[in-house]
Amino acid sequence: MIKIGNRAIREILGFLLIYLLLAVVFEILNPGFWSTQIVLSMAVQLPELGLLTLAMFIPIVSGGLNLANTILANICGIVLAWFLVGYAGGEAPLIVVVFACLLALTIGFAFGAAMGTIVAYFGIHPIMVTLSMMIFLQGLGEFITRGGDISGLASNFQFLGYGTVIGVPIPLAVFVAASIICHLFMAKTPLGFTIYMIGSNIRASEFSGLATKRALIWIYAASGVLCAVAGIIMTARFNSVRVGHGESYLLISVLACFLGAVHPFGGFGRVSSVFLAVLILQLVSSGLNGLGANQHLSTALWGALLVLVMILRWALIRLSSSRL
Amino acid sequence: MVNHSDQPCLVPLVQLQNISVRFEGVKALDGVEFSLEAGEIHCLAGENGSGKSTLIKVMTGVYKPTPDGKILVEGEHVDEMTPLEARAVKIGTIWQDLALFPHMTVYENIAITQILGNNPKIVNLKNLRSIAHDALSKLGVDIPLEEKVGSLPISQRQLVAIARALAQDCRVLIMDEANASLTHAETLKLTEIVRRLSERGISIVFVSHRLAEVLEISHRVTVLRDGRLVGVFPTQGMTQSRLSELMTGRTFANQSPRVRRANTEVVLQVVGCSRRGEFDDVCLSLQRGEILGFTGLLGAGRTELALTLFGMKRPDSGKLLLNGKRLRLRSNIEAISSGIAYLSEDRLQLGLVQEQSIASNIVAASLKSAMLGPFLSGRTLADIVSSWVRELKIKIGNAEDAINTLSGGNQQRAAIAKWLATNPQVLILDAPTVGVDVGARASIFRIVANLAKSGMSIIIISDEVPEVYFNCDRVLHFSSGKIKGEYFPQDCTVSDLERAVYG
Repeated sequence: MIKIGNRAIREILGFLLIYLLLAVVFEILNPGFWSTQIVLSMAVQLPELGLLTLAMFIPIVSGGLNLANTILANICGIVLAWFLVGYAGGEAPLIVVVFACLLALTIGFAFGAAMGTIVAYFGIHPIMVTLSMMIFLQGLGEFITRGGDISGLASNFQFLGYGTVIGVPIPLAVFVAASIICHLFMAKTPLGFTIYMIGSNIRASEFSGLATKRALIWIYAASGVLCAVAGIIMTARFNSVRVGHGESYLLISVLACFLGAVHPFGGFGRVSSVFLAVLILQLVSSGLNGLGANQHLSTALWGALLVLVMILRWALIRLSSSRL
Repeated sequence: MVNHSDQPCLVPLVQLQNISVRFEGVKALDGVEFSLEAGEIHCLAGENGSGKSTLIKVMTGVYKPTPDGKILVEGEHVDEMTPLEARAVKIGTIWQDLALFPHMTVYENIAITQILGNNPKIVNLKNLRSIAHDALSKLGVDIPLEEKVGSLPISQRQLVAIARALAQDCRVLIMDEANASLTHAETLKLTEIVRRLSERGISIVFVSHRLAEVLEISHRVTVLRDGRLVGVFPTQGMTQSRLSELMTGRTFANQSPRVRRANTEVVLQVVGCSRRGEFDDVCLSLQRGEILGFTGLLGAGRTELALTLFGMKRPDSGKLLLNGKRLRLRSNIEAISSGIAYLSEDRLQLGLVQEQSIASNIVAASLKSAMLGPFLSGRTLADIVSSWVRELKIKIGNAEDAINTLSGGNQQRAAIAKWLATNPQVLILDAPTVGVDVGARASIFRIVANLAKSGMSIIIISDEVPEVYFNCDRVLHFSSGKIKGEYFPQDCTVSDLERAVYG
């Protein structure tokens, strides 16, 4: 998993081809589909799913899952909003906003590390650990918010959801940066190396002298931080936060990983492919919206189209490997 | 009782003629003949990798021989031997791992073929119990029927496996290393049972390492070497050393123990180490450039001691010294950084991450040496891989291929490369030739000898006595967690050592 060999490039080209194909199909079905407006709307919507997918990706590569990803993002957002609204109200000095964000990141890190520690030292399966954490956080969040939402955040915080840097929407810039960091982490650090090895065989990894327990803690801590980033972005964009916000992203983030050719049982998967899979998911969703289909029908179409994309990917792999 | 030396039957019960088996072009068996008579106890002898297990698997239909081979049962040609066919002609096998269901009861295990084999719609538990009861009483043993098999001692599990074969009413019983994990007393009891079965007219094929016991009970012995038949011999008048010679052949005659080495400074010292139920008051020292052998039966505590040296188990008492300094290992990571490496006996599950690439496996233990700031240097990693592939002559296509695409010998060399890349002072090799073919074994021991010459201290753990005898400077015999004896190959014969271990 260290060198980007031919296989990686082939995989990326395959995804780009699918993306291009879908882009053309939507343009034909809906002339004028590709506009600045649609690109911008995709750029704003996609980072939330993207960040949560990255938060799912790292545990999946290690042979686990993080089913608490959306709720943990909510909790981070809730604590952040509670702090901002409580201490600063509508206007907050920049330093307070920065502190609030750091607080959210710390919470994400801490809950993630707690899950990792339980997985590592008590040998409990990640599904059970993260599912229990999800339920715990759900209850905790509803207790804090009394089932309602917290809204009316400082305007310079909302900037994180709406603002741009050199023309690029901040959420997109954050997602791209997170993807790059994730890629470097997974492909270029000993910890990332260990995560891939753990995903294939944790006991053999341990016998090779890899620090498997430490890695497990870091896997979920990193996942927690990514959840926190997603939570910050979501809170900023909606200027409000509540428990259960973006719940539907949970299963879609798992789907995005598998669509991005991550091995369901761990050991293999690339950030680049997952990144492109998220782009494809968003394109399909926006494309169907653009067709003006009934909302429920478009959900159904979305599901059907995903199956089609996976069959297409299978065909591309067959094609490229038969040429070898 | 059938007496074979005087009155052989006219038609053998089972006959294998001109059997060859190929695996990916490599001949595992080459024109082997085998015949088994009714009521006979027949020993199948040969070193690891000689083709014993392959021959058994041909007999039971697991492997198919090449078309020119023939299998006859009572003189009748069997077109295609399959596991189902083997059952139909009443050939039963007790595999080395027994293949029992540990969470099921004794009677369920014994009657399992009745449960599944006849495809009944409803399982009659009372019926199953009586089947199991009958089988056990035929053996003349008493094991509680309701006990879970997993909670029984290994010797009783073995009896359950035998009873299962009897419940199938088999005429041929193949026992693959059945006494490997039994104590001496338990083996005697098993021998008694095998004799009784033979008197009932059941033929037994015995595969074993413990030559003395095998010679005592069997009527004839078929010797295999490197996939070929050496010969079929009556056991009357056969000695252990003659049999060893037949099994190991040319290599045995040509090979001689390593030349005596001068003493060097002590690198590793174990002082009075114990771990409850595993090993007891072990004292040993290992010198620089020395190759030390650990031998003894399975479960003698050798691997447990090795894991303690590797920091993966903590001793209850006693201490370890490395270069005269007290060594307190909290993990194998600390062992590796102090220069101790351990090649696992279980290459499939623990030694290598089978699904991952050759490159990843080779560099797994030495990532520290490839750091460039916070990142791994792809170039340094590639250099580590290519230099060890060259050094140990590992045959690979692409280093990014999964390591499970390599042959056993090449996998083992890659596993050794992983540890050599950590630059160890002490290298522990646990069963380094398991699943490695004969030619590749010699090359692994050549690598080991060169490492010792360069000053590395090496421990080889093996239950193949000749393997440690010919490749080590000194051999320690382990039994029930204690060191029973120390042998210098120059001062004793291989049979001396074999007698001590298997006797």
